[in-house]
Amino acid sequence: MINPGVTSFDYHRPDSLVEASRLLARDGAVALAGGTDLLVAIRHHEARPAVVVDLKSVAEISSEIALEADLLRIGGRVVMSQLVRDEQTNRHFPALVEAASVVGSIQIRNRATLAGNLCNASPAADTAPALLAYSAAVTIAGAEGSRTIPLQDFFLGPGSTVLARGEILLSVELPIPTTPIGSGFARVTRIRGVDLASVSLACVVERSGKARFGLGAVGPTPLLAESSLEDLATDDGFSRLLAVTSPISDVRAGADYRRAMLHVHSRRALQAAVEDLGAVT
Amino acid sequence: MSVHERSISLMVNGAQRTVVVDPPMTLLEMVRTKIGLTGSKECCSVGECGACTMIVDGEPVNTCLVLAVEADGAEITTIEGLGAAGMTPLQKSFLTEGAVQCGFCIPGMVVAATALLERIPEPNESEVREGLSGNLCRCGGYSRIAAAVMEASVAGGPDV
Repeated sequence: MINPGVTSFDYHRPDSLVEASRLLARDGAVALAGGTDLLVAIRHHEARPAVVVDLKSVAEISSEIALEADLLRIGGRVVMSQLVRDEQTNRHFPALVEAASVVGSIQIRNRATLAGNLCNASPAADTAPALLAYSAAVTIAGAEGSRTIPLQDFFLGPGSTVLARGEILLSVELPIPTTPIGSGFARVTRIRGVDLASVSLACVVERSGKARFGLGAVGPTPLLAESSLEDLATDDGFSRLLAVTSPISDVRAGADYRRAMLHVHSRRALQAAVEDLGAVT
Repeated sequence: MSVHERSISLMVNGAQRTVVVDPPMTLLEMVRTKIGLTGSKECCSVGECGACTMIVDGEPVNTCLVLAVEADGAEITTIEGLGAAGMTPLQKSFLTEGAVQCGFCIPGMVVAATALLERIPEPNESEVREGLSGNLCRCGGYSRIAAAVMEASVAGGPDV
């Protein structure tokens, strides 16, 4: 058994969205994509599902990254390794590639999906800061039809999202920038190599001077913070930017250390983004 | 056993296998106990150490984090499937470089390194270390393991 103490569960692998949504509405049902978070949670008795609904055969959930008119659509079954290799993602959203390439190990990245990383709703979700900084949206489908919302409205708290019973994250959409942008990514870990982030952040700057930061592991959810190059020319500007954060102390870092690293690395990420913008304009 | 049991079919090292599993059983445990291939090891059980690495549908994955029922229809290569017709150049270089100490991590290392050399036939050392960063060696024998992979890549990659 996955663990001798784990009680058995029902396993389904539906091939349509309607069927998947119907199964997920059952008592004790959980969605399974890559399984890299769910199986650990089951083993540790943090999840005790009665029904596991494997989404890997659902026809409507794409396993592809598609360039549409003005956006890049990342299907709900796309895994981290695909993002790392994808040409369009590398061209338009390098900070997302950087974030995806530090998720776990190669073995994990071959299974872990971008959608699963978001649905798991860890405050430290590696890909969330970059997606927030790039103005990502998510499309959610359920029995009532589908809706698309900005990613910053998706997270409610640690492990909690707006997904209602029976709802599924279908895809993640990234608007292709219409004017040149620059981006930067920073991540603090205890050790070099495979580790969860103590602080992670991404920054996107536009030529107009607008700056968007995605901030991870420094609040109950991944956070979006917006500012401008003008405001960020002063220390006060950074304090205003980071006022949205509320870091806690845990096994990976103390709150004071997280606050200090936030200030240092938000500056570095901004600097990297400005240099990147200079290189593309 | 439970009412949730089901029958699955998959290719393991080129042979079609049909087994009955309970949904909580992992792919790793199924391969070890139901098929009897015990080369892949269970160690951390949470996807951190890589001792359970197998190639599933062409990609290396941690099989302690895959349910056996998920692998219905999959094609799997374990350490036993490598070098079935004699050791591969990679396996030979693990011997010549003295890369094996206690040996517990080695099946996962060899499978992960085989996949690495398929993706990057002539990696530099940092690519080797990055490529094997999901495989932990409790003996700390990383330098010789990396040397073995470099040696095998110069020799022309794994013969699989």
